[in-house]
Amino acid sequence: MNQMTAPAAPQDGYVTEDGRTIGGVVMEMRNITLRFGGVVAIKDISFDIREGEIRAIIGPNGAGKSSMLNVISGFYHPQEGEVWYKGEKRPPMRPYQVARQGIARTFQNIALFEGMTVLDNVMTGRLNHMTASILDQAFWWGKAQKEETANRQKAEEIIDFLEIQNIRKTPVGRLPYGLKKRVELARALAAEPKILLLDEPMAGMNVEEKEDMSRFVLDVNDEFGTTIVLIEHDMGVVMDLSDRVVVMDYGRKIGDGTPDEVRSNQEVIDAYLGVSHD
Amino acid sequence: MPDQLLWAMEVTANGLLNGVMYALVALGFVLIFKASGIFNYAQGVMALFAAMTLVGIQDGRVPFAHLINAIFGTDIHYFGWEVPALAAILLTVGVMVVFAWAVQRFIFKHLVGQEPIILFMATIGLAYFLEGTSDLMWGSEIRNLDVGLPQGINPVIDEATFNLFGYGFFIDNLDISAAIVATLLVAGLVAYTQYTKQGRAMRAVADDHQAALSVGIKLNYVWVLVWSLAGLAALVAGIMWGSKSGVQFSLSLIALKALPVLMLGGFTSIPGAIVGGLIIGVGEALFEFSIGPLIGGATENWFAYVLALVFLIFRPQGLFGEKIIERV
Repeated sequence: MNQMTAPAAPQDGYVTEDGRTIGGVVMEMRNITLRFGGVVAIKDISFDIREGEIRAIIGPNGAGKSSMLNVISGFYHPQEGEVWYKGEKRPPMRPYQVARQGIARTFQNIALFEGMTVLDNVMTGRLNHMTASILDQAFWWGKAQKEETANRQKAEEIIDFLEIQNIRKTPVGRLPYGLKKRVELARALAAEPKILLLDEPMAGMNVEEKEDMSRFVLDVNDEFGTTIVLIEHDMGVVMDLSDRVVVMDYGRKIGDGTPDEVRSNQEVIDAYLGVSHD
Repeated sequence: MPDQLLWAMEVTANGLLNGVMYALVALGFVLIFKASGIFNYAQGVMALFAAMTLVGIQDGRVPFAHLINAIFGTDIHYFGWEVPALAAILLTVGVMVVFAWAVQRFIFKHLVGQEPIILFMATIGLAYFLEGTSDLMWGSEIRNLDVGLPQGINPVIDEATFNLFGYGFFIDNLDISAAIVATLLVAGLVAYTQYTKQGRAMRAVADDHQAALSVGIKLNYVWVLVWSLAGLAALVAGIMWGSKSGVQFSLSLIALKALPVLMLGGFTSIPGAIVGGLIIGVGEALFEFSIGPLIGGATENWFAYVLALVFLIFRPQGLFGEKIIERV
C-alpha cells in the first residue's frame, strides 16, 4: 500500500526532538475495515500507537477519522481486522469495558453531564477507581468514605491542573463552549487513562482557546506520560503537537510518519489540496 | 382558641401526614424518570405487588396456589409456617430486585434508544402484566398487612394538645411512622445519589448515555439498580398504604394521586416529590375542611388535579424540576 510505515519509529521506542522518550507499541490496529451497510468508512487500515507519544489522525471531512476513534473506544465494531492492546488481541468489547481498560475519550460534539456540576462530572471519571461494594456505598461503611475522599482529592488535582477551579461548582450546562471542552478533558483525565482519545479537541475554538488547549494536551502528555491519540482539522496545531501522524482519506490510510514526512508526502498534499480522485 | 382554628390545625397536621404517603409513591416515579427518562405507569401496581408479596410471605402462602391446584388437582394453600415481619420484608426486597432485573432484561434492554412514548407504553403493558401476575400469585382477596407498625390514636399528642388547647388532636400513629420512614428513605436516597459511586453513575446515565459509557458505566447495571430502588420505594409505599387500608387492588390506584404531586414537585426532583406531596396533602385536607361543606364535599377526589392543572399552566417544570438551559 504505502511506503511510509513510520521509519522514525524503531521497534523499542525512540527519543523525540524535544527529548521525550517514546516507549514500545501499546496499541496496534491491524487491517481494520469498518462498513455501514454498503458504505466503507474504514478500509484495511493498520497503524500502531506507542507508549507516551502524541499520535494524530488527520484527514479531510468524512475520511473516517472519528470512525477510527470509535473503533478504538468500542463504540463501533469493525467487520474485519484486529485491535491489539498491551500485546494482546482485544476481543470485541462494549464501550464501558474499553473505558475500564484504561482508555478514556472525549467527543467531537461534547458529551458531558449537563445537569451536574463540573466537579461531579470530573468525579464520574473516577468511577472505575472506586472499588467499595454497593452495600458499603449505600451505608457509607468500610472503605467507601476513605475512597470518596481519595478520589475527590485526585479530581481536585485534575481541576487545578486544567485551571478550572473557579467553575468547580457550576452546572456544566451553563458553561461556554471552550470551557465545556476543557471539562470534558478533565473528566477523561480523571480516569488516569493509559491512552487518551481526543476527538477534535480544538474544533470551534478561537485562537486563544486553541493555544490553551494545545498547552494542556502537551502538559498532560509531559506530566502524566499519557499516550494521546488526537483527531484534528487544524494542520498547524497537528504539526506542532504530534510526534507521528496518520493521514486518512476516503477511509484509506494515505500517509503515516512524523509531521515533516507527512507534509512532504505527495498523496497527502493532493488530498488536502483536493486533486481529483481518478 | 376558637374551635374552627383548632380543627383547621388538626386537619393540617393530618393533611401533612397524608401528603407524606403521596410523596412516597411519587418518589418511585421520580427515581426511574430521573435515571432512565421512563415515566413508569406501573409504579402503583409495583406497590400493590410488593405489598401482596410481603403479606403472602408473612402468612406462608404458596405462590401460584390456585394455578397449581387447578393443574394438579391438589389443594394446597399454605406452607404451614409464618415468617417474621423483618425477614419477610427482606425477602420481599429480594423479590423486587429480581423483578427489577427481569424488567430490564426482558423489556427495557430491547427498547434502548426508543422514543419516551414507546417506553411509557411498555410500562402500561408492564402494569397490566404485573397486576395479573400478582393476582395469580397471591389471589385477589383483600388482605390485612401487619408488620408491627403502631396503629391508632397517638395518646401523647392527644393529651398534650388537650392540655394546651382543651381539645385533643386525633393523629394516627401509623401516619407518624409513615412520616418518619419517608423522611429516612428520602434522606437516604438523596445522600445515596449525591455522594456515592452508584448514585453518581445513576445521575450520569440519566444525563447522557454516550458519555456514561465513555467513563466506563455499564448502563444495564445502573438501570437494574434504579428499578430496584423504585421497587424498594414501592414496597415502602405498599407497606404504609397496606397497613392503613388493607392490601387490595385499589392500592394500585394511589399511583394516580402521585401524578399531581409530580406535576407540582417536578418530575426530576426528589425533594420536589416530598414538597409536592405535602402541599397536596395539606391543600386537599384544608380545602375539604373549609370549602367542602359549601359545595357538597368529596373535594379530595379532584382538588389535587385542579391544583396540578394550575401548575401546568404557570410553571410546567414544577417547583423543583430542572429547567432546561438551552444555548443558542
